[in-house]
Amino acid sequence: MAEPASTSSASTSADSHNSGSGNASASLLRTPLHDAHLAAGARMVPFAGYSMPVQYPDGILAEHNWTRQSAGLFDVSHMGQYYLVAADGRHETVARAAEQLMPVDILNLTHGQQRYSQLLNAQGGIIDDLMIARSREPEHDGWLYMVLNAACKDNDFAHISKNLPDGVHIEAAYGFTGLLALQGPKAAAVMADLVPAAAQLAFMTTGKFSLAGRDVHITRSGYTGEDGFEIAVHDAAASHIWNTLLADPRVKPVGLGARDSLRLEAGLCLYGHDIDETTSPVEAGLQWSIQRRRREEGGFPGADRIQRELQEGPARRRIGLTLEGRQPAREGAEIATPDGNVVGRITSGGFSPVLGHPIAMGYVDAAHAAKGTALQAIVRGKALPATVVPMPFVPTNYYKPGI
Amino acid sequence: MAGEHFTNDHEYVRVEGDEGVVGISNYAQEQLGDVVFVELPETGKAFKRGDQVAVVESVKAASEIYMPVDGEVIAVNSDLEGEPATVNSDPAGAGWFFRIRIADKAQLGELMDDAAYSEFLKTLE
Repeated sequence: MAEPASTSSASTSADSHNSGSGNASASLLRTPLHDAHLAAGARMVPFAGYSMPVQYPDGILAEHNWTRQSAGLFDVSHMGQYYLVAADGRHETVARAAEQLMPVDILNLTHGQQRYSQLLNAQGGIIDDLMIARSREPEHDGWLYMVLNAACKDNDFAHISKNLPDGVHIEAAYGFTGLLALQGPKAAAVMADLVPAAAQLAFMTTGKFSLAGRDVHITRSGYTGEDGFEIAVHDAAASHIWNTLLADPRVKPVGLGARDSLRLEAGLCLYGHDIDETTSPVEAGLQWSIQRRRREEGGFPGADRIQRELQEGPARRRIGLTLEGRQPAREGAEIATPDGNVVGRITSGGFSPVLGHPIAMGYVDAAHAAKGTALQAIVRGKALPATVVPMPFVPTNYYKPGI
Repeated sequence: MAGEHFTNDHEYVRVEGDEGVVGISNYAQEQLGDVVFVELPETGKAFKRGDQVAVVESVKAASEIYMPVDGEVIAVNSDLEGEPATVNSDPAGAGWFFRIRIADKAQLGELMDDAAYSEFLKTLE
């Protein structure tokens, strides 16, 4: 899932990027795990209207590496969990309504299957990116579960509400806002000790389980490039699930700072940075998320542009860059050809803890997007040599039995 | 006029005769988190108090470093190129950024001494 972590933005002095950690927090929303974060020594920052942990005492680098080597536990309860509901209880009804808003094939979702998609505006720009799933239980047909970005969810709710046909409505998962992500190569072994059946879920499938005596919805997905699970739970049970998972020595808490560096290494888009209302899914390299039936039939917002871009290629493309040396190029830095022509701009960038050098993603004119193209990133007037590379930067590690 | 003097932006200057060693405080390195790169100034260049003189990049963000007093850069800590994490492990010692010739020592009086800086940090809690 894409989710903004404002920690990636530049700041102007040693303390300014932490402003709000100790003041003006009264108006911030809290997740059901707020007290658990304080108990764990988290540094809290304002993020998308919530007070969220940016890091714990181990620090971003250690948390990042722990997630790549063992298992990290993330609080993502700030994200929006919603249901689309068809009054007639039919999957086809709710699927056709959702397909009016996004280019994903929902009609052919199997029970318990989740897909990644985007809410599109009339120009084919991305209003938000999201996960959408069909319930595993046939008796719950007519319900689709969605996870939306925290910073976008209120706007998304209004947009979706306005654009649903009669007989279909959207509702928030009231009281059920807890959302934890367990991510890393040891996540499956940790889960197997607690909920053996959930450890058998394939990537991008979901189901209802009991974890430590509490009802949970578990989905095999995440935002780190690692194998892992997202666990939705009632607010009142969130800290019990959090503490149960943390009791396993293979699990440590991980904050938004490492969440951002992990998703960057995995080549995953951050909404509001790498994708926004001006970028189309094709420009963003997300055409894999538009299934063939939808490409052919259209019938989603901005279909004209997206079908044209699929045919002819987009004017610009999202690319990955590796940089020489150690100096990162961050969001906003210009991308130029070796002879100095500006051909694009970086949308996310940082230092890759796993690779030991800086990486970035950004948009360039399509003529300069081929793998291996030599470019440069302009950072404070200095040109840093860079090369276009395929993403993910670090290989993903998803659980896909039988593939 | 010996010892370390601190700015509101968490730079320190440690006075050694007419020279000063500039770095960032322990509080600053804690706030920044893991440092991955430091962009240092050129030696021989003169800066005014408050000028941006260096940039420290952590995993999280880029932060500008400002000149604590008027002066000329006479040496930089080139060890930070290979070992930027020294800024985290030893900010007051091996993690220094650069050395300056102080132009006007009277400006040091406008910075905070150790005790005043400790009090200042309490206001940030």
